[in-house]
Amino acid sequence: MKILIPIKRVVDYNVKVRVKSDGSGVDTTNVKMSMNPFDEIAVEEAVRLKEKGVATEIVAVSCGVAACQETLRTALALGADRAILIETDVELQPLAVAKLLAALAAEEKPELMILGKQAIDDDANQTGQMLAALLDWPQAAFASKVDIAAGVATVKREVDGGTETVEMKLPAIVTTDLRLNEPRYATLPNIMKAKKKPLTTTTPAALNVDVAPRLTTLKVVEPPKRKGGGKVADVKELVAKLRTEAKVIT
Amino acid sequence: MTILVLAEHDNASLKSSTGHAIAAAARLGGDIHVLVAGHDAQGAAQAAAQFEGVAKVLLADAAHLAAPTADNAASTALSLLPGAYTHVVAAATGFGKSIIPRIAAKLDVAQVSEVTAIEAPDTFVRPIYAGNAFATVQSKDPIKVLTVRTTAFDSPKTGGSGAIETIEAAADSGLSRVTGAELTKSERPELTSARVVISGGRGLGSSENFKLLEALADKLQAAIGASRAAVDAGYVPNDYQVGQTGKIVAPDLYIAVGISGAIQHLAGMKDSKVIVAINKDPEAPIFQIADYGLVGDLFALVPEFTAELG
Ligand SMILES: Cc1cc2nc3c(=O)[nH]c(=O)nc-3n(C[C@H](O)[C@H](O)[C@H](O)COP(=O)(O)OP(=O)(O)OC[C@H]3O[C@@H](n4cnc5c(N)ncnc54)[C@H](O)[C@@H]3O)c2cc1C
Ligand SMILES: Nc1ncnc2c1ncn2[C@@H]1O[C@H](COP(=O)(O)O)[C@@H](O)[C@H]1O
Repeated sequence: MKILIPIKRVVDYNVKVRVKSDGSGVDTTNVKMSMNPFDEIAVEEAVRLKEKGVATEIVAVSCGVAACQETLRTALALGADRAILIETDVELQPLAVAKLLAALAAEEKPELMILGKQAIDDDANQTGQMLAALLDWPQAAFASKVDIAAGVATVKREVDGGTETVEMKLPAIVTTDLRLNEPRYATLPNIMKAKKKPLTTTTPAALNVDVAPRLTTLKVVEPPKRKGGGKVADVKELVAKLRTEAKVIT
Repeated sequence: MTILVLAEHDNASLKSSTGHAIAAAARLGGDIHVLVAGHDAQGAAQAAAQFEGVAKVLLADAAHLAAPTADNAASTALSLLPGAYTHVVAAATGFGKSIIPRIAAKLDVAQVSEVTAIEAPDTFVRPIYAGNAFATVQSKDPIKVLTVRTTAFDSPKTGGSGAIETIEAAADSGLSRVTGAELTKSERPELTSARVVISGGRGLGSSENFKLLEALADKLQAAIGASRAAVDAGYVPNDYQVGQTGKIVAPDLYIAVGISGAIQHLAGMKDSKVIVAINKDPEAPIFQIADYGLVGDLFALVPEFTAELG
C-alpha cells in the first residue's frame, strides 16, 4: 500500500509572530520555519504502518515555495521514501492545495493519504476534508488511532464529546490529532541518508490546477491586548475580589 | 439572501452550538433556513424552529443519518446547493469542521474558518496563528461557506415558530460508517457554554488529583477543562482540551490551575471575562493575562479556595 503525506512548511510553533505595521500580514522574515506539528504526526503514523508491513511506500508532498524542499528532506529523514514538491510562489489557500493534492493523487494512486488536522499558521482545518470531497473518498478527521486490515481503515477519532470509531473503505483520507502518536526525532545517519533519497519537483501548471486565491486579505491586526498581571496575596483576597470587584461569583 | 445553517444535534435534541450558528447567520441578514439531517430527529427540528429569525427548518430523515459520516452529512446538505442559498454556516465544532470543508470543495468555493466577526455579507474576521493575529478576509465566491466561533455569537432568543418541511435525504454513499462512540459522561455544564470553567494542567500531576478541581467545580457549578499536557498525560479525556487545537471557551470566569500559559493554551481561553491563575511559578506566562494571579502550591490553595466558598 502506498501512502501519500502532504506536509506544510509553517512558522515554528515556538515563535510568537508579529503583525506587520502596515496591516498586510504577519512578519515571517528571518523566522524559524518547521514542519507543521500535525504533519510530523502524519509522517510518524505512515512510518509505523510501514514498519508493521502494512505500507510499502511513503511519499511526502509539499506545495509552496522552493524552501519547502528543506521540510521535505526532514520527512525523508523521518522515514519517507521519496518526496514531491509542487512548486509555486503564489499564496496557496486550502482549496488550491486540496486541488493540487487531488491531481497528484490521480497520478500516484495512493490508497491512503494522511494529513494534519490543522496548519498552525492559517488554522484553517480544511484541506484534508476538502481533498476527501474532491476525490469522493471517505474521511476520518482528528484521528487518535488508525488500524488497517483487508482494505478497511478503522479509525478512532476525537469528537467534541469524546471519541467515535469510523470504518472506511480504502482509498481514504485521515487527518491527525495530537494523541495519534509521538513523533520520533530524525537521527544524524538518517538525515545523511535523506540527502540521497529522490525529491522531484512539479508545478500547478503541469498538474493543470488553477491556484489563484479565492479570499482576499483586506487587513491583519493584532488582537486587543488583555490587561493582566494582577496578583492577590491569598485565597481570602481572591474570593473577596471575585465577589465584590469582578462580581463573577456569589 | 438566504442562509443555510447546518444543525448539530443528537436527533432528540439540538446542540447549543446550533444557536450560535443561527446567531451568526442573523448577523449576515436575510432569510435563515436550518437543515436538520438525522433519523427520528423531530425533536431537534422543533427546537431549531423555535429560534427567532428561523424562517424554515428542513428535516431530512434516513437511517444512515442517525450517526452520519461526514460524507453522508455533507451530501444531504449539497442536495440543496447551490440552489437559492448565498451562505452556508455551521458552528466551528468537530461537527462543522468535518463537514463544511467538504461542502465548500464540492461547490468549488473557499471556506472561511472560525469566523469571529461579520463585517459585511462577504467580509469576515478570523483568527490566525493561534489568535496572535486577526485577518479580515473578503470572499468573491458566489456562495460563502463559513464556520463560526461559538463564543463570538450569542444565541438568539427562542419563541419563534419556523415551519418544518420534510426533504429527501441523499443516498448512503456506503464509503464509510460510524461503528461506535465513547462519549464522556458528565453531570457538569458543557465546557463551551459553562459560565465558569476550571482547567487543570500538568501541575495537577495525576488524574486522581483532578478530584481537587471537581470539589471546587461543584461549588461554582463549573465545567472542567485541561491543558494539552494534562490530556496527553491521560489525566482527563481528550475532549477536555482547551486551546488552539482544542476547544475555545469564553466563560465569565476561567480558573487556570497548574497551567503555564503557552500561546496554544491562551488561544482557547483568553477571551474569558475574568481570568484567575494559580501557579507556584511567579514567572509563569499565564500571570501576564490573569486578572487575579495567586502564586503558590495548588495542593494547598485549591482546597483552601473550595473551603472559602463555604
Ligand atoms: C501543534 C500544537 C498544538 C497545541 N495545542 C494545544 C492546545 O490546544 N491546548 C493546550 O493547552 N496546549 C496545546 N499545545 C501545548 C502547549 O504548547 C503546552 O505544551 C501546554 O499547554 C503545556 O501544558 P501545561 O501548562 O499544563 O504544562 P506545563 O507547561 O508543564 O506547565 C505546568 C505548570 O504547572 C505549574 N505547577 C507545577 N506544580 C505545581 C503546583 N504544585 N502548584 C502550582 N503550580 C504548579 C508549573 O509552575 C507550570 O507553570 C499545543 C502544542 C503544539 C505543538
Ligand atoms: N501547502 C501545503 N502543502 C502540503 N500540505 C498542505 C499544505 N497546506 C496544508 N496542507 C495539509 O493540510 C493540513 C491541514 O491544513 P489546513 O487546512 O491549512 O489547516 C496540513 O496539516 C497538511 O497536511
